[in-house]
Amino acid sequence: MVFERKHILGLEELSSDEIRLILDTAESMKEVSERDVKKVPALKGVTVVNLFFEPSTRTRASFEIAEKRLSADVLNFTPTESSVVKGETLLDTARNLEAMGASVIVIRHAMSGAPWLLARELSSSIVNAGDGFHEHPSQALLDLFTVREVKKEISGLKIVIVGDVSHSRVARSNIWGFIKLGAEVRVVGPPTMIPRDIEKVDVRVYYDIEDALEGVDVVMMLRLQKERQESGLLPSLREYSRFYGLTRERLRLAKEDVIVMHPGPINRGVELSSEVADDVHSVILNQVSNGIAVRMAMLYLVASSGGNA
Amino acid sequence: MKILVKGGQLVDPSQEINEIRTLYIEDGQIKSYPRGTKELEKDPSIKVIDASGKIVSPGFIDLHVHLREPGFEHKETIRTGCMAAAAGGFTSVVCMPNTNPVNDNASVTEYILLKARTEGVVNVFPVGAITKGQKGEELSEIGEMWEAGCIAISDDGRPVMNSRVMRHAMEYAKAFGLPVISHAEDLYLSSGGVMNEGFTSTMLGLRGIPNASEEVMVARDITLAELTKTHLHIAHVSTAGAVRLMREAKKRGVKVTAEATPHHFTLTDKAVLSYDTNAKVNPPIRSKEDMEAIKEGLNEGIIDIIATDHAPHTEDEKKVEFDLAPFGISGLETALPLALKLVEDGILTLTELIRKLTFNPAQIIKSDRGTLKLGAPADVVIFDPNKTIKVDREKFRSKGKNTPFHGWQLSGQILYTVVGGHIVFPT
Ligand SMILES: [Zn+2]
Repeated sequence: MVFERKHILGLEELSSDEIRLILDTAESMKEVSERDVKKVPALKGVTVVNLFFEPSTRTRASFEIAEKRLSADVLNFTPTESSVVKGETLLDTARNLEAMGASVIVIRHAMSGAPWLLARELSSSIVNAGDGFHEHPSQALLDLFTVREVKKEISGLKIVIVGDVSHSRVARSNIWGFIKLGAEVRVVGPPTMIPRDIEKVDVRVYYDIEDALEGVDVVMMLRLQKERQESGLLPSLREYSRFYGLTRERLRLAKEDVIVMHPGPINRGVELSSEVADDVHSVILNQVSNGIAVRMAMLYLVASSGGNA
Repeated sequence: MKILVKGGQLVDPSQEINEIRTLYIEDGQIKSYPRGTKELEKDPSIKVIDASGKIVSPGFIDLHVHLREPGFEHKETIRTGCMAAAAGGFTSVVCMPNTNPVNDNASVTEYILLKARTEGVVNVFPVGAITKGQKGEELSEIGEMWEAGCIAISDDGRPVMNSRVMRHAMEYAKAFGLPVISHAEDLYLSSGGVMNEGFTSTMLGLRGIPNASEEVMVARDITLAELTKTHLHIAHVSTAGAVRLMREAKKRGVKVTAEATPHHFTLTDKAVLSYDTNAKVNPPIRSKEDMEAIKEGLNEGIIDIIATDHAPHTEDEKKVEFDLAPFGISGLETALPLALKLVEDGILTLTELIRKLTFNPAQIIKSDRGTLKLGAPADVVIFDPNKTIKVDREKFRSKGKNTPFHGWQLSGQILYTVVGGHIVFPT
């Protein structure tokens, strides 16, 4: 199979075959990462810009390492101080970067849909590194990769996503990814944090975490933003953690070989009790190192796709 | 100017006329319906228009446009907005007060009317703001604006959130016989929202505006209309629940009318998939069920008129992140072909449609227009309902090219627009 896409914007638009191709490519990239010389010349002469409108050290660092391992020329651009203050529009900023020779733009933006605007108006390849509450494809792909690595097969697994699904791009991308690869997806959280009509994508909605954990293979905890309390969606973090926090007792309701994931950074004692956080730490670190391989695969595929020939 | 409009299908709902009839215009008035036209045709001072096979109707009246002047002339001016209206078959437009400065006092009203007289090609009727600065706090000088020529009051673009202020505004407006136009939106419920709340907003990760945001305010304002016995007009109805509330209120005899826009009866919220900011509008384009309910409301007469909520913006303003783009659709130049689909789909007869574009809006603002009665101002539109057109925003007279209908193939072409006996379209 050949990857035809010029951009990777989200998992909603990827087919299951395309997702599998990215994951398979990531496996070969992971081999590269285990070599002594962790570098291949795949993107030699290609300029990749990391355009991050939101501070995110982890995702940006992961992309940057991936780009360097592919021998790309890397430019980091964090417009928070300079252009945005001067009132430059997103399109103008991106057009300037393109004029400087960028052919791949990795964008992180606080507003949903921003990468689509660039994909429509520019000629570069666009890789979405997270847009608003919408999609976070590299995170979901690395989650899929990690689960596939541990469980061998995603089809038939039961996965539950816990927490603030409404405001989570990680949740949306993972929902698409796991459904497309044949898993059963559940979401659980306070009703104020479950988005309207989510059940229409074949997701089962729970409000009781204990019901939702029953018999699952994978638990994916979402990070809770403290602002949600101020916006009236929650009475208190304390009450949230009482009703939706993951404890060792609750985790016993899941399958014995359950794995717990978290996109990080963890709020200890809110989403996860400290003991669970320590238990699962190893998988979370797996997620981090797999992230580099998955991002290498994404960049490699868009840079060499039919759309860019 | 003297004009003889020969042999057209004359549709004038105000007189229940729908037949082939010739129309003669002189001195800015509908002069006569001549039988024999031979003599008139010989007169070289008379412009003869052969309208056979075409529809001749009173000029359309749009009860909801944003002309943007004063203050936002980069988006639209009274001149370009009027030209767009003329191209769309509208001979009168009612312009909303959310300009800069806000039309909340007689001097702004006078400025708009002066500009309209000197630069506008169609009739312009200003709406005064309900509250000073549209802040929802203190009443504007409604009486003076009425004297200056305002024909209704509204804080359109914003609701009056304080129910007591709205109650007093409705009571006060009664002294001048002004209808109160409600932009029904509960700002707490819509807060931060940029599109309809539902499956599509969930998929796109965009903040939604629930139907309830409109419906609680429609319910409130109907209740206040009942209390104050003032004529309430609900702008741009977008939800099934609002139609239901209107139906119930009308049944009880509450003095309430309502409008629907072409985008709300043509599109569903899927129009914003791919983050098309040209479909970002407030109230948002909603679900299929809502769209169907609006069509039902039009069919049953619960929704009295069609208005465009013409809201022009520049391309640069719209070519940004969806969250940052301003709300609004440039609607004057696509209204008729979109509305004619209602006839094609059997929702309205052609007469009913024309009534909702002419006589009904005239009634709401107590205007003597919207009719072809002898002696009435000669505001006339001639159109070919069957002519296929392709929407091309580059050809819009409006400065606002922000339409989600660009490239659509539709039926219905405006041939002539006549205002006060003068041909204003084509120019
Ligand atoms: Zn409005």
